[in-house]
Amino acid sequence: MRAIHHKLLRDLWHMKGQALAIVMVIASGVALFVGQLAVMHSLRVTRDAYYSEYRFADVFANCKRAPLSVADRLRDVPGVDVVQTRVTLRVMLEVPGLNEPATGQLISIPDNGEPQLNDLFIRKGRLPGPGTDNEVALVEMFAKANKYGLGDSITAIINGRRQSLRVVGIVLSPEYVYALSAGAFVPDDKRFAVMWMNEKQLAAAYNMEGAFNDVSASLKPGASHAEVIARFDDILKPYGGQGAFAQKDQVSNWYLANEYKQLETFGVVVPLIFLGIAAFLLNVVMSRVVATQRDQVAALKAFGYSNFQVGLHFGELVALIVLMGTIVGTLFGWLMGEKLIDLYTDFYHFPVLRFSLPGWVPLAGMAVTGSAAALGTLNAVRRAAALPPAEAMRPEAPPNYRMTLMERIGLQRWLSQPTRMILRQLERKPMKAGASILGLSLAVAILIVGMAFVDIIFTLIDIQANVVHREDVSVGFTEPRSRDALHEIESLPGVEYAEPYRAVSARVRFGHRNRRLGIQGIPFDTRLNRVLNTDLEPFDLPREGILLSRVLGDSLHVSPGDEIIVEVMEGTRPTRTVKVAALVDDFMGISAYMEIGSLNRLMREGDVISGAYLLTRGEASEALFESLRARPAVASVSSKATSIENLRKMVEEQLLYSIAFNVLFAGIIAFGIVYNNARVSLSERARELASLRVLGLTRGEISFILLGEQALLTLVALPIGFFLGYWLTFAVMASVNSEVVRMPMVLNTSTYALGAICVIFAAAVSGLIVRRRLDRLDLVEVLKTRE
Amino acid sequence: MSEAEKEDVYVLADDSREAVFVAEGITKVYKMGEVEVHALRGVDLQLYEGEFVVLLGPSGSGKSTLLNILGGLDVATAGTVRYRDHDLTHADESALTEYRRHHVGFIFQFYNLIPSLTARENVALVTEIADDPMSPDDALKLVDLGDRLDHFPSQLSGGQQQRVAVARAVAKRPEVLLCDEPTGALDIHTGVKVLEALARVNRELGTTTAVITHNAAIAAMADRVVHIADGRIAKIDTNTNKKDPSELEW
Ligand SMILES: Nc1ncnc2c1ncn2[C@@H]1O[C@H](COP(=O)(O)OP(=O)(O)OP(=O)(O)O)[C@@H](O)[C@H]1O
Ligand SMILES: [Mg+2]
Repeated sequence: MRAIHHKLLRDLWHMKGQALAIVMVIASGVALFVGQLAVMHSLRVTRDAYYSEYRFADVFANCKRAPLSVADRLRDVPGVDVVQTRVTLRVMLEVPGLNEPATGQLISIPDNGEPQLNDLFIRKGRLPGPGTDNEVALVEMFAKANKYGLGDSITAIINGRRQSLRVVGIVLSPEYVYALSAGAFVPDDKRFAVMWMNEKQLAAAYNMEGAFNDVSASLKPGASHAEVIARFDDILKPYGGQGAFAQKDQVSNWYLANEYKQLETFGVVVPLIFLGIAAFLLNVVMSRVVATQRDQVAALKAFGYSNFQVGLHFGELVALIVLMGTIVGTLFGWLMGEKLIDLYTDFYHFPVLRFSLPGWVPLAGMAVTGSAAALGTLNAVRRAAALPPAEAMRPEAPPNYRMTLMERIGLQRWLSQPTRMILRQLERKPMKAGASILGLSLAVAILIVGMAFVDIIFTLIDIQANVVHREDVSVGFTEPRSRDALHEIESLPGVEYAEPYRAVSARVRFGHRNRRLGIQGIPFDTRLNRVLNTDLEPFDLPREGILLSRVLGDSLHVSPGDEIIVEVMEGTRPTRTVKVAALVDDFMGISAYMEIGSLNRLMREGDVISGAYLLTRGEASEALFESLRARPAVASVSSKATSIENLRKMVEEQLLYSIAFNVLFAGIIAFGIVYNNARVSLSERARELASLRVLGLTRGEISFILLGEQALLTLVALPIGFFLGYWLTFAVMASVNSEVVRMPMVLNTSTYALGAICVIFAAAVSGLIVRRRLDRLDLVEVLKTRE
Repeated sequence: MSEAEKEDVYVLADDSREAVFVAEGITKVYKMGEVEVHALRGVDLQLYEGEFVVLLGPSGSGKSTLLNILGGLDVATAGTVRYRDHDLTHADESALTEYRRHHVGFIFQFYNLIPSLTARENVALVTEIADDPMSPDDALKLVDLGDRLDHFPSQLSGGQQQRVAVARAVAKRPEVLLCDEPTGALDIHTGVKVLEALARVNRELGTTTAVITHNAAIAAMADRVVHIADGRIAKIDTNTNKKDPSELEW
């Protein structure tokens, strides 16, 4: 090894504390980057393989009932490759030990075995055979959650009749990677089952012989989804078609895609912030290193080292730090990724989901980190390279001090000599003080960003539980019913109040854009189903016109006052133009709301309802569930307590882990910044402070000069950090927002306080470390070195 | 350089030995905002092969500036400087680097050792980029530091550090050795040791040596003494009776 490399390594060792701090900051950024991107990659690779191997369809459609001959017309649509018709049926299940009703989705599989599209992965057993009685293949999650095995029986209520279904297979389907029952926003493995049954039997039980109510199709390469969807809609219209939709709008896939978007943000935006801070730290430290090594640079150059070699030397120092940070970060990221993948398997169900870390991910991490570091240190390295040797030989000119503003306006009487030194130091180098303050406030800010997610997520849950969904139980009917049904429900045991709702599936169009969705009809004076904006204020329902989620409005490019076309996909299927009354910044899903009366007028259906929200006296009772389940008109019953519980569980298991990583890394960064700051100012002042010690000042007094300065800087940085933290959180939230969820901007006072406390604590610990160094300051050593 | 000019140089040189450095009319002006500092105001000087020259002069007279220009650390504002067939006045940054790397050895008043490298490594730092260097160990033995090879600068006395600096400067067998107050920070005894090392290198390797000093006593060991005052050469003395460093009286 060459002497210059010895110097490199020893210099690095000499600044090991600071180098370690920067390595940890870089590692934090790289870990998030590598972990999240590797998770995303693993999910994507797994998903793509699953979709293609199990022939996940490209286009889906439902209708009321279409004769099988219609399938041939669908097959003839240009661009269509394979068409698979099915009979599907929603049923209520009786699961022992569950007092709330579970719902099941029954799906037919062809008499001759394997489905041509949306094939099943068989975990155990086999597919139900033809002719044999009531055999079903059961989705794995439900089987696991309720401990069903091969040979067990499940009781379903089909068409008002109790039927016993026998489990012959445990399976997974690409359609239910994220298994959500209609209308829910969190999966409930215990209460939502998907079952596959032989087509003949299911059709017989449901009076669907020779007909289908569900169709999926795969397309030929290059075919236009939009055209196929339009043709399907035309063909299925007479049969009660509910609007065809593409794979990207298929529920399970849509959630998965939105999850990717979030991963991308966390994997890119947050690490970028971290790496930006690492670049900033590197800048501070390298500037300091170059400044302390002026005379060494001069000697190197005097002996014939070229500017390039000198620049390279300092560049290598940076490169080593970056390299270590990347390696440590990749290892952390790996561990984190494996943990996250584990968590994902609880919510996303693939035949196998294995963590894989493709080589490009750490390389990309290193490239991004390297660029950030290069940006941060270019200036310092260039300064070292360009330092004229004759000038570097001369000691730096004594700094230019002057009276501070405070002294000039006559306050000096009140200031002790050391206090004056602190103030003069700060006033003399405002840029330097500014950089320290910026660093410290970034530490506060990054902590706030990390912890903000806790505030936001729990606010979200709280709002869902107590503000948006004020009902205790929601009931959905199989078909729209007259208002009498509401009174009937109101008189059930334990029901205190029932509020109707109407849900209409429709396609809304504006210009050439369209979306398929359910329009919700809500009573004007709703007590249980209020629309909130992201500021968490109730949003008044317009008497006329339609209210859209802003994300929906944006995706359709409509503004309030525009007229959109609503093609209703049920009943008499009217097509109407409706004025957009307003766009609301709501925070979950894409929604369209109308006043229930106005929606019914649009439907020309009279006063009908799709279901009801109930308030119960006390906890919803078994008796209530029992009587709801007994009504053939009731298709679904769900209790809010359970769905909130599910949401909480999902958040706690999945999100909190990511957040914990965030907070951990933010903490590391905050400490890194604060510690670095203290060390840099120690190195800058060591000589001066040692001289003061020689002049007879005590350790305490010189500590006060240095640490007092740090304390002052920290105090100034706190409010700036709060401000930065707020905006950084805002920026991160904005980039996380998806159609699934928009984060409301909430920051609790306690979060600010905690951020401040962490930084003050880090400052105190760094102060102690520096204080110990000051106490051991070797006076002779410091004074001997010229600088 | 034309033949006529060359002859001119020889006439000016007034010596049969070859001139290694030829400086003509060099001035150096530092601009500090509005103020101009004239560090050198027209210096003509020749240094000859193998000679030992001492530069004497009061503080601020421009000695370091002159030495830096000769060593290619700095460039003159006006005038010409030649080192053998190198034109240092119009050389660019990389030519100057090459020049320093292959021909010049520096010794600084404050040693400028690399604190993170041992004595041996400090020397190796230079020998690694030189053409025909001696081994770092030999160079350190030359300055009587054969037993301190693996000491860090902080573990050496000032005189020892300066001798490491001498070893570092001579290890690449430079053709010229430029020393800026090499004994400035040392006592008599250690100062003599350093000067002895310099004299030995000058004698044994035939290295052209220029030494800046405030200390007139050191002038006694030189071939020639150049007196500088206020940015000009005041006079040049030639020593007929050169003394050995050990005979110097401080
Ligand atoms: N980089 C610079 N900027 C401005 N002025 C300079 C610079 N370098 C030298 N000077 C000025 O040039 C003059 C000559 O400086 P130089 O360092 O050559 O003196 P010196 O003879 O070596 O003095 P000393 O014996 O104190 O080292 C001085 O007045 C000095 O202030
Ligand atoms: Mg000088």
